[in-house]
Amino acid sequence: MRIDNHPILTFDRGEKVTIYYNGDPIPAYRGETIAAALHAAGIRVLGHSIELHRPRGFYCAIGNCSSCMMVVNGVPNVKTCITEVEDGMRVELQEGKGVIK
Amino acid sequence: MRSCELLVVGGGPAGLCAAINAAKAGAHVIVLERNPSIGGQLVKQTHMFFGSRKQHASTRGIDIVGILESEIAAMGDKIEILASTTALGIYEDGVVTAMHREDKYVKFKPQAIVVATGACEKALAFENNDLPGIYGAGAVQTLMNVYGVSVGDSVVMVGAGNIGLIVSYQLMQAGVNVKCILDAAPRIGGYLVHASKVARMGVPILTGHTVKRAIGREKLEAVEIVELDERFKEIPGTESIVETDTLCISVGLAPLTELLHMAGCKMRFVGQLGGLVPLKNDELMTSVDGLFVAGDTSGVEEASAAMVEGRIAGLCAAKKLGYVAEDFEEELSDLKAQLEALRSGPAGKHIRDGIAHTALDVEAQYV
Repeated sequence: MRIDNHPILTFDRGEKVTIYYNGDPIPAYRGETIAAALHAAGIRVLGHSIELHRPRGFYCAIGNCSSCMMVVNGVPNVKTCITEVEDGMRVELQEGKGVIK
Repeated sequence: MRSCELLVVGGGPAGLCAAINAAKAGAHVIVLERNPSIGGQLVKQTHMFFGSRKQHASTRGIDIVGILESEIAAMGDKIEILASTTALGIYEDGVVTAMHREDKYVKFKPQAIVVATGACEKALAFENNDLPGIYGAGAVQTLMNVYGVSVGDSVVMVGAGNIGLIVSYQLMQAGVNVKCILDAAPRIGGYLVHASKVARMGVPILTGHTVKRAIGREKLEAVEIVELDERFKEIPGTESIVETDTLCISVGLAPLTELLHMAGCKMRFVGQLGGLVPLKNDELMTSVDGLFVAGDTSGVEEASAAMVEGRIAGLCAAKKLGYVAEDFEEELSDLKAQLEALRSGPAGKHIRDGIAHTALDVEAQYV
């Protein structure tokens, strides 16, 4: 679901990299956020809530609302809507508060 | 700890304009910006701005960033931008703490501060409003205009204010099917020029309607909408289901004022300005000596007004530091006239009414 033709904007995408979502390879471009790369791959659920385990996606996409937190390279509570992808990054659904190792 | 003259918190339109004007007057300025790059929300605004030439009218928001960047570059080492740096607190002794990236804690002791932290999007209460697929209008703009990622196949927009209308149009430019625009109010809140643009493209604008509940298990599949009476109560029997994978919420912004609360600024709830806002004098200084505000953090408007406020705050903060611009009085009255023009007419009435409640010197009336 990437936009390739736009009447006003051109998107200079960075170098192509691969991130891993729960182990599955997802194509991404350097300079974009984890949440954007996942969304482009059709992934909307980023975690589940603490009490009722309801699915969570991003809401604000500018780092305010904390709805987009995932486990990134083993670290929980990473705001994926403002964290840029890196090649080989491992991102996982966050269940509840996450476990700090 | 770093001592500095002026610390600007926030590298959006208001903060950058504050930095530019303060530096022009002679002050040394440090700008803290939590994102990796400056520009704030301008970077996603593909529409052309209103106002007059002085506020970059007819220029797209995305291009205004470049204009401000070159103004900053022209100031040389008078302006230092610290990106990926989030201000964390303003303390009683005037110390400002910040985090650079994830792990570098830094402290500043500025002689004056401009807080220009902007605003965040409001949410709307309805059943299942936390389902993935329900996004703020700003998030939708970020995804499609900054990263070139389409939000979904179809969108139901909630809110027919300027942002709701503009984002609906941008969604259509990106090839997304906008099914309808809902607004609880009995009439369209945004400018008619934006409303007629989307209406011409066949998008129904349903005033007196709202979203009753979202439907879906792991993500949004449909929304139930309902008609409202003139007292905003749901009219039974008017419910209908609209299938969509994306619901965009555009019901306004709330000022980001945490730092101002912490600094001890006198605040007041002003509905017209989006929520709790700081009281201020006509030089945009709060009740805390040397702490200035500009842009949405002091009351939600739009980017043109934020830039003018930034210029005022920068000019006046510099004066506070002893750098009185040569044409101070002239420039200040020109900037104030620009704000007045931006807030004129029926569209600016709620802003004018709101601002009347934020003046420090009328505070006595409320005690």
